[in-house]
Amino acid sequence: MNETVKVDRRDAKLALAHLYVAFIALGLGGLAGLLQTLVRSGKFTLPANISYYTILTTHGVLLGLVLTTFFIIGFQFAAVSRTAGTFSDRVRFWGWVGFWLMTIGTAITAFFILIGQASVLYTFYAPLQAHPGFYLGLTLVVVGSWVSGFAIFAHYARWKKEHPKQVSPLLTFMAVANMILWLVCSLGVAATVLIQLLPWSLGLVDRINVLVSRTLFWYFGHPLVYFWLLPAYMVWYAIVPKIIGGKIFSDSLARLSFILFLFFSIPVGFHHQLMEPGIDPFWKYVQVVLTFMVAIPSLMTAFAMFATFELYGRSKGATGLFGWLRKLPWGDARFFAPFVGMVFFIPAGAGGLVNASHQLDQVVHNTIWVTGHFHLTLATTVVLTFFGAAYWLVPHLSGRVMTKAMNRLAIIQTIVWVIGMTFMSGAMHFEGLLGAPRRSAFSTYGNSPQALEWIPYQIAQAVGGTILFIGIILVLVIITNLAFFAPKGETEFPVAELAEGAERTPLAMENWKLWIGITVALILIAYTIPFIDMIQNAPPGSKGYKLW
Amino acid sequence: MHIHKYEKIWLVFGIGCLFVFLTIIGVSAFAKGNQPPSCLTTIDPEKVDQTPPFNKPGLVKTGDNEYQLNIVASAFAFTPAQVEIPKGAKVTINITTKDVIHGFEVAGTNINMMVEPGYVNSFTKTFDKTGEYTIVCNEYCGAGHHMMTGRIKVVDKQ
Repeated sequence: MNETVKVDRRDAKLALAHLYVAFIALGLGGLAGLLQTLVRSGKFTLPANISYYTILTTHGVLLGLVLTTFFIIGFQFAAVSRTAGTFSDRVRFWGWVGFWLMTIGTAITAFFILIGQASVLYTFYAPLQAHPGFYLGLTLVVVGSWVSGFAIFAHYARWKKEHPKQVSPLLTFMAVANMILWLVCSLGVAATVLIQLLPWSLGLVDRINVLVSRTLFWYFGHPLVYFWLLPAYMVWYAIVPKIIGGKIFSDSLARLSFILFLFFSIPVGFHHQLMEPGIDPFWKYVQVVLTFMVAIPSLMTAFAMFATFELYGRSKGATGLFGWLRKLPWGDARFFAPFVGMVFFIPAGAGGLVNASHQLDQVVHNTIWVTGHFHLTLATTVVLTFFGAAYWLVPHLSGRVMTKAMNRLAIIQTIVWVIGMTFMSGAMHFEGLLGAPRRSAFSTYGNSPQALEWIPYQIAQAVGGTILFIGIILVLVIITNLAFFAPKGETEFPVAELAEGAERTPLAMENWKLWIGITVALILIAYTIPFIDMIQNAPPGSKGYKLW
Repeated sequence: MHIHKYEKIWLVFGIGCLFVFLTIIGVSAFAKGNQPPSCLTTIDPEKVDQTPPFNKPGLVKTGDNEYQLNIVASAFAFTPAQVEIPKGAKVTINITTKDVIHGFEVAGTNINMMVEPGYVNSFTKTFDKTGEYTIVCNEYCGAGHHMMTGRIKVVDKQ
């Protein structure tokens, strides 16, 4: 592949628009996060009667949904355009339709959160009932993302038609796999919002089946985290090797791990519902087993990454067991940020196995341990990888170059992030083991001796949160510079080649009918019987409550 | 598909560990009965106050050193909020809610349940140590969520 290939200017505009929204969400959502840690330290009260839970909802929606979805779709548009060729006018048109649907949806949702009509948190569990506009906005975000997904599929189909009997470019394949995952899982949240929550909040129906809505939500809610993680894996597998000057260890292995994620990430929602009534323990255990399977493609990825690093280091003459570590380009932020993300995925993944385990979850369920866990996975591993990707993606798309000064600032940013997160997430993990709940404002629970023990950890979280906010300011400075002020020039969109001697990728890898068929079969096995039980054995439904 | 030799070793080791973990959880759950709280009993959430045993919430002696503790959760309180339990007692906690979803967690123990409208949730625990435990609501239930609390005192038998 020719390395001077640039993403078409018109496609670049589409991708950049997504990235701008993502980074605006990062700034606002980060501010909401900072305020939360300050309030929970007990040393600070929000002015003007702003509710802690409004801030919490804002933080979750902006960072968990808006930042991630916009960044991922923007990045995937750029990656598909770069590796499978410039979009047709139609594909680009639908890409813009998707962008505006998501942006309008975000604005509507944000409006109803900020006027205090939707302090239902990011999980919007019934029977807490938000303003219908909140659900409508979220629907537009999801529908917009579907439109973008179909635009990517259409472009991929055209590439396949023009290149018969060829394996598609790796990054395009990965983007397609991730969008299929997203489509299949977001059907669950679409179903609960359209069939249950919207008619109920509009007053068209009186009551809601709470357990069904929770189950549909979590059918979507865990695969969602893989929708966030897979783009990070795209960067690790297909881009980081090029940045360090190495090659992809195995193309088939990378594709196989994405297919395994498609299989195992969706039929696992019950592990979020291990502590609740109405689901037979046998089915909970079935989904615990399926959840553990998701660790396999992650283990494969860990192997592939470190194999790439070691092969590269040894090719540069490294000796000894770990000598290759010294040959890696530590001064390059495009490598350093994603690498640190990978390292943090080791404790994050181990914590995930704890959460997914039947009996261990009983100790940590809904404690702030869980918050600590996803601030390692999403807010460290994924987000640092996204930052690392933005450091070449934004200048590539905007026709600028990253200066040495900006690179140094990006290295500092990564270090600031690590320090802040070690304080905040570390304190959350320890505090959670002592039983402190998540998603709660500051409270001493009637001066209970147990709750008083938690306060020092909450102060540590505020220190960490403050350091992280400085990290967000730094990243916004860098991104603004790369988008608007950096010197004009050519920045490479790095895409790695396959190592010599690696096996040819079998064409069967793109048998989507088979992969989607297996995915659907696994979902039916994991959900059919418990779901029938939830409907047949349903209690009387719930009215809506607005308790904030 | 060709898989590299080191890759095979690594995957066999990793997947092997996962299966060891799953076997431990499975044996503990199905052979020793350490299941998560999963009561399948339903209840009309608007008639909790009329439905036994929740019409008279509190601790009930059901046998020699065996008790039932029936609790009603609602925004933003547990009823009863203060309970004394004799040391060594085996207590089955039954809980339900009159309105939204709540959490019932006895901090520092593995008593941790989701409380959902329309369902009773249940968990049995033997209290071996004297002391005072804080009950917290650990699922967001509205503006007073962080004020929703209770105490369990485990005391020596008289």
